[in-house]
Order: sequence, then C-alpha cells, then structure tokens
Amino acid sequence: GYNKGKGGSMHIAWPELGILGANGIVSCGIPIATGAALSAKLRKSDQVTACFFGDGASNEGAFHESLNAASAFDLPIVYVCENNLYAVGTRQSKVRKIEDIADRAPSYSMPGVVVDGNDVVAVYEVTKEAVERARAGEGPTLVECKTYRWRTHFEGEPDTYRPPEEVAAWRAREPIAPYRKMLIDQKIFKQQDMDLIDQAVIDELDQAVEFARNSPLPQPEDALQDLWV
Amino acid sequence: MREIFYNQAIKEALQEEMKNDPSVVLWGIDIGPYGGANAATKGLYEEFGAERVIDMPVSELAYVGMGVGAAATGIRPVIELQFSDWITLASEMIINQAAKMRYMFGGVMEIPMVVRAPVGGYLSAGAQHSNSFESMFSFVPGIKVVMPSTPYDAKGLLKSAIRDNNVIVFFEHKKLYGVKGEVPDDDYTVPLGQAEVKREGKDVTIVTYAYMVSMCLSAAEKLAQEGVDVEVLDLRTIDPMDKEAILRSVEKTSRLVVVQETWGDCSVSSEVSAMVAEHGLYYLDAPIIRVTAEDVPIPFSPVLEEFVLPSEQKIVNAVHRVLEV
Repeated sequence: GYNKGKGGSMHIAWPELGILGANGIVSCGIPIATGAALSAKLRKSDQVTACFFGDGASNEGAFHESLNAASAFDLPIVYVCENNLYAVGTRQSKVRKIEDIADRAPSYSMPGVVVDGNDVVAVYEVTKEAVERARAGEGPTLVECKTYRWRTHFEGEPDTYRPPEEVAAWRAREPIAPYRKMLIDQKIFKQQDMDLIDQAVIDELDQAVEFARNSPLPQPEDALQDLWV
Repeated sequence: MREIFYNQAIKEALQEEMKNDPSVVLWGIDIGPYGGANAATKGLYEEFGAERVIDMPVSELAYVGMGVGAAATGIRPVIELQFSDWITLASEMIINQAAKMRYMFGGVMEIPMVVRAPVGGYLSAGAQHSNSFESMFSFVPGIKVVMPSTPYDAKGLLKSAIRDNNVIVFFEHKKLYGVKGEVPDDDYTVPLGQAEVKREGKDVTIVTYAYMVSMCLSAAEKLAQEGVDVEVLDLRTIDPMDKEAILRSVEKTSRLVVVQETWGDCSVSSEVSAMVAEHGLYYLDAPIIRVTAEDVPIPFSPVLEEFVLPSEQKIVNAVHRVLEV
C-alpha cells in the first residue's frame, strides 16, 4: 500500500517529488505548506509552494492564521482553493455569507483571484502569474477555482444533498473534453496523438493496479517501524 | 565552575547550536529585539539577524504548523511558545501532524522540530497561565518530552533536542528561569532519555522532575534530620522514560513516592506507578504514594494555589506515610 501500508488513501507523501503529504484534517495542510514556503525563503531556494484545500477549509482558523503570516513575510506560496460548493454534505452558502472565498484575500493584503476551475487554460494562466509573483518575492496569492465534485464525498455515500439537475449541469461542463477540442482545433495536437496519450495513461494505470495487486502485504510487526528517526 | 541562570543556559544552547548549524532557526512571539518573555533569546536577534530569529504573529496553530513544514524541508526550527498554556492552540500541529507524519508516510520524512514552552505554577498566575501539560504529550507516540530541572540540564538537554531528528516538546519551568547553577564553558550535551539520581538514599525513592526536584531535595534534607534516607530521581526526559533507572532505585529502597506538580489522573505519575506495578511490584514493601496537584484548575489566590499544588510538607508527609507500612 501507499507509504508501506501506513498511509492509506488519505496520507500519501513523497518528499523527493516535493509532495509533503495529503492531510486527513481539513485545513491542517495549510500551515505546513506555509512553513515549506518559509523554508524555501530561508534556504534562498527558488521553490514555490502550492497549497491545495477546499472551500470548507477556508472557514478554519488555520487558513486565516496562515494567510496572515504568509502575507506578513511575503512567502512564496500559492493558496489554491478548490471550491466545489459543498463541505461533505453542507452547502457552503448556508454557513458562509460571502460568495467568493477569494474575497478573503484582500484582508491579508494579497491578490484573491476567482477562476473557472473547469477551464484548464484559465487555471494555468492564473497559476502562472501567481507562481511568478511568488518567485519574484512579491508574496502569496489566493486562487479560488470554482468547480464541482462529480461524485460524493466518499465512495458509497448516498448523494441526498445535491439537486440532480445541479450535478448534471456541472457534469456537462467537464474540463477535459473542451481542452482536448481546443488543442485539436488549434492544431497543437492531432486526434491520433491524443488517442496515444489516452492509451499510455490507461496502460500506466493498469500497470499500477497490477503492481499493487502483486505487492506483498506488510508484515504485522512492521507496524512498529518508522516512528522514530 | 561558573554559575549562570537557567534562562541563560537556554540562550547559550540556542546560540551554540545556531552557530554549529545554519539550518537552526528560531521563531515565536516577542523573541526578537524584545528578547523573549523570559529573556531566553536575549541578544540572539542582534547576533543572528531577523532571518534566524523570527517574530511571529500571535497565531500558535500557524507558526507551530509552519515549523512542521519547515522541518520537513531542511530547516531545524526551534519554536518558543510564550506560555505552554496555549500549546493547546498548537497541539493539532504537534499531536496530529508532526508526531504522525514520519510514521504514516512510511518513514520517508523527518521532522526535526523543537517546541519550547514555559510551564508551571507557584506564581499566582491563574488557571490559564499555570499549566503543565507534559502528560498530554507523553501520551502520544512520536513525541519526545523533555523537562530539565537545572541550568546544566537545560543547556545540555536542549542541545541534544536540537540535534535530534525527531519531534521534541521541551518544557521549561518558569520558577527555574531565575535559578543559578553550575554550567561548564565547554561544549557538552545531556543525552535524552536518561534520568539522574540527584540524591542517593536507601529508605525511600522519590521519582520526580522539573521544578519539583528542588522541592523534593529540600524535603529529603528535612527527612534526613529524622534519620530517613531518601533517594531523589530526576526523570529529566519524560518520554522516553528511563524505566531502568526507576526500577533500579525502587529495587534498592523498596518504597516509592512519585511527585509531580500537575494533576494526577492519567499522568506521568500514573505512568511511573503503572510501570513499577508491572515490572517491579515485588520490589515494593508498601503501596506507591503519589503527590500531585488537586484535581481542579490552578487558582489565583496564593492561599488557594498553595493548597492545590504540591509542597515540601506534602512530600514529607507522603514519605512518612510510605514508611508506615
């Protein structure tokens, strides 16, 4: 399993790739990511931290405390809020007065940008600008990607809280097909190149599944390893 | 040998480790030009600059969490909490994040972070500025908990803590900052996880730590005048606990009193007692006695606080009781 079977699907990390870990506690990756940005600054590295979280996390103290600190120290970090309108089963408009989470950014004196999270190119453009800003020492940016969760919060959860027409409308706005069409229309890729990429991805996933199935289970006593350095 | 104050010993440990290792960075509240609420960082801002001694906003969750992220990416943060009472605000980052990350990610990460925090009562500081929360943190796997009782140990243990690649909560007692003690000039460390016999004796073992050590030693002197020979063992590191040292002493004296400043329920003193019951029951000639705080928040009035917290007299009484059997 992931990380020697100690992580499960929620706790995946691979520091060699700069992945500091998916967090099981809503918002708690935000201070940690902010610390990685402080570290990059102290080490005089040109690294920029990307910190992902959802709409629900923006109501936690960790979000506000971290944005304040990152702003005060001009840290190289991009806060990426994926706003999919629901925190588990609660529609966010019921528990948050403001529509756009990006509106919270000006109170920390940083740019707050709303972007269509289902538009690949738009997200790229906004992110590029934010990363350049961070790298230039101009501090953090809050990017709010308006998007939607196709499936429920966890597998097997009954979708009783979202109007079916809302789900259908967002599914109709899926991001990949229009991007693919744009790439072909602008003659950046041919259809057959796209198909090759598709096949390569499917093959890689199949291999990963096969690898997982063929991997041995951990030894029970391995549960006692990896706590201390 | 020269004598310096406990807070100077802390400062020297920070200073020396910052000189030794450029990745050691301090942050906290008022630790820069202000010098720290307990003067434990006095002069370090002037010596190392604003990039090594960072004043943080009053955001305990964020700046301790930032320590976790920085420690995972090549910095060795030593974070000062102005009072340990509000470590509760940051405990998510210590308990659920820092302590678990290495383990739950399969050993691919190191979090070499030290959180320093002043603890303790006896100052009429009221219920929210008199806590000692060491038991909460020693309960959690993946955190080392250190509580030095002397300037010598404060310096030596802090240097070991900063060099250690694990998560460490380092509790300093406020009543000790102004205590002087012998500290050599040379570069020494005190290893984590080793208790120390502060006074040898054959009749009763007192296991204790932090500010209670000096109280137990003066109680032991009083008892010596009555012909009772008390051994005082200072845990120094709460977790990992030096079980062998405790058992060795109890085997010798056959009587155990555990003295701890804070509440008794599910605490360090419970752990010491349970450990001796499991591994050293047949050494004992009498039931274990604990001296702890009463099970109420620490009150403000000196009269009330004195009633709630351990005292020399309470320790003397406990030793008398353990000798009655």
